[in-house]
Amino acid sequence: MHVEVRGLNKKFGEFQAVTDVHFTIEKGQLIGLLGPSGGGKTSILRMLAGLEQPDSGDILFHGQRVNDLPPQERGIGFVFQNYALFKHMTVAENIAFGLQVKKWPKAKIKARVDELVELTGLAGFEKRYPHQLSGGQRQRVAFARALAPEPQLLLLDEPFAAIDAKIRHELRSWLREMIDRLGITSIFVTHDQDEAIEVADEIMIINKGRLEQKGTPWEIYKDPKTPFVASFIGESTVIENIASLRGFEDVSAWPGTRALIRPEYIEVGFKEDFTQLLSATEKGRVSHVHFRGSEWLVEVEVGENKLVTYRSLEKDVLREGDEVLVLVHRAYLFNDNDSWVMENKLKAGPIAFEI
Amino acid sequence: MRRLWIGLTYIVFGLLLIVPVVRIAAGAWEEGWRGFAAGLTGPEALHALMMTGIIAVVVTLINTLFGVMLAVYLVRAKWLRPQLKRLLNSIVDLPFAVSPIIGGLMIVLLLGPETTLGALLGRMGVDIVYALPGMLIATLFVTFPLVIREVMPVLQEIGTQQEEAAHMLGAYPWTTFWRVTWPSIRWSVVYGVVLTVSRCLGEFGAVLVVSGNILFKTQTATTLVYQDVENFNLTEANSVALVLAAASIGLLLFMEWAKSRNSAGRHG
Repeated sequence: MHVEVRGLNKKFGEFQAVTDVHFTIEKGQLIGLLGPSGGGKTSILRMLAGLEQPDSGDILFHGQRVNDLPPQERGIGFVFQNYALFKHMTVAENIAFGLQVKKWPKAKIKARVDELVELTGLAGFEKRYPHQLSGGQRQRVAFARALAPEPQLLLLDEPFAAIDAKIRHELRSWLREMIDRLGITSIFVTHDQDEAIEVADEIMIINKGRLEQKGTPWEIYKDPKTPFVASFIGESTVIENIASLRGFEDVSAWPGTRALIRPEYIEVGFKEDFTQLLSATEKGRVSHVHFRGSEWLVEVEVGENKLVTYRSLEKDVLREGDEVLVLVHRAYLFNDNDSWVMENKLKAGPIAFEI
Repeated sequence: MRRLWIGLTYIVFGLLLIVPVVRIAAGAWEEGWRGFAAGLTGPEALHALMMTGIIAVVVTLINTLFGVMLAVYLVRAKWLRPQLKRLLNSIVDLPFAVSPIIGGLMIVLLLGPETTLGALLGRMGVDIVYALPGMLIATLFVTFPLVIREVMPVLQEIGTQQEEAAHMLGAYPWTTFWRVTWPSIRWSVVYGVVLTVSRCLGEFGAVLVVSGNILFKTQTATTLVYQDVENFNLTEANSVALVLAAASIGLLLFMEWAKSRNSAGRHG
């Protein structure tokens, strides 16, 4: 389903939950609504579903304005954060509910339920009640139930929030695969960046009720349009005085400019590690190291600045107090007027030239 | 030491509950089976029991229907302003706060034959006070909160998500109520009904004031017992009282059975 939203606004009492949101979603896309808690993501989702009424703005499905259409008639499948399964019905009855409401013939209902049970890997569990299922199983029943009436749009409200980490990974890939196979337009809300980056075709970053940026995960990462977006993805450090770092001295031409440096933009090591770009490095001292399971988090002091970077487990372990060389590849700069990504000037080197 | 306390508890409960019932039974059988049967099947007794029965059935039906509806509106309706909801909530508790006799008096003062409304209805042939309608209203007032107070907490606890899920699947409010909400509140409605019936059987003060306790017209089982005790017609008093006590015990046992069915349903 082609979805378009224009000028969406919603206030709860005194609290402005959603301000002036516009976006368009193509048919068949999988979109992630990402942002901090209380940012308005779930409100937007619920307004799309018809469970809340916007104060102003238009919601269009296939070019038709649907603001006045009740949720019963919007043809949307909704998966709730806490599954919201019907406690007094079995798995099969839960899945069949939407079809019984639509008055499908019994044989057709049974066929569809069997198909979905197979699709979601719940064979053998049809007669169980929700309290007899695990969290992952319950979530799959919630999917099956939402998909049963062949909706044109699938909305998921933090579908994996209540599931433990290991199962979450499996369910994520399963969801991605399922949605690709069915080709159904989907929007899901999450506050987990990794989930959004892994699963979504495009991400919309929502903060304080505003849409900060919409783009592919790569676009958002490489080309953040606002400081919030730049800081939200990953664990960036804020640098007040960027001009004090080697290669960024030019920034003093724009007073009041601050910088966000992602851990991935910083390289830390010893003389042997930097063959070509040695001239662009400067001295630093390791102040902290944290083990993160898949990598080390290293805090380095460069002059008066504290920088944060990752270090592969393959490399030599750094210790607190080590004198190291630090190379800052690029920084995301922003001031009141503008924001842009700037490469380390010294990376070009005296030998490089442009043709 | 604990055994002493347990023993003491049993003794107190025995004195408060079992001894009076045994005493009533003994009093009812004072003149043997015939006395008991005569006490029960005498015309006043039969009429009084019938009045109690009618009131119990009608009041329970009305209060269950409106109680469930009001509970749903108070908890779920988004279009009711919160101040209005709070006010209605307090009004629901009013019958608990007010003595039943005051409740009965209220009805006499508002709908008695000397009032405008009462006189108007009286001319149309409908007597309110000192007739069945007044007794029904009095009992409705007194038992009003019982079903609502059972249903409201359950509605609040189960939350709106299941109902929203049903809406997304195409179910309109009526379908949603029957297939999703009702199964969750079914047992609390049963408890509420049991409480309402018990209260109707035992209601005395409000009904006494409103009905005037007119023999063969507005006398209920409870007011009959009251009158019989005053007139030293003890066999009849004890017989009817025994029937009421048996009914209460029966309802209690039914409630226990319903509770066990409910827990079985939950963990089934």
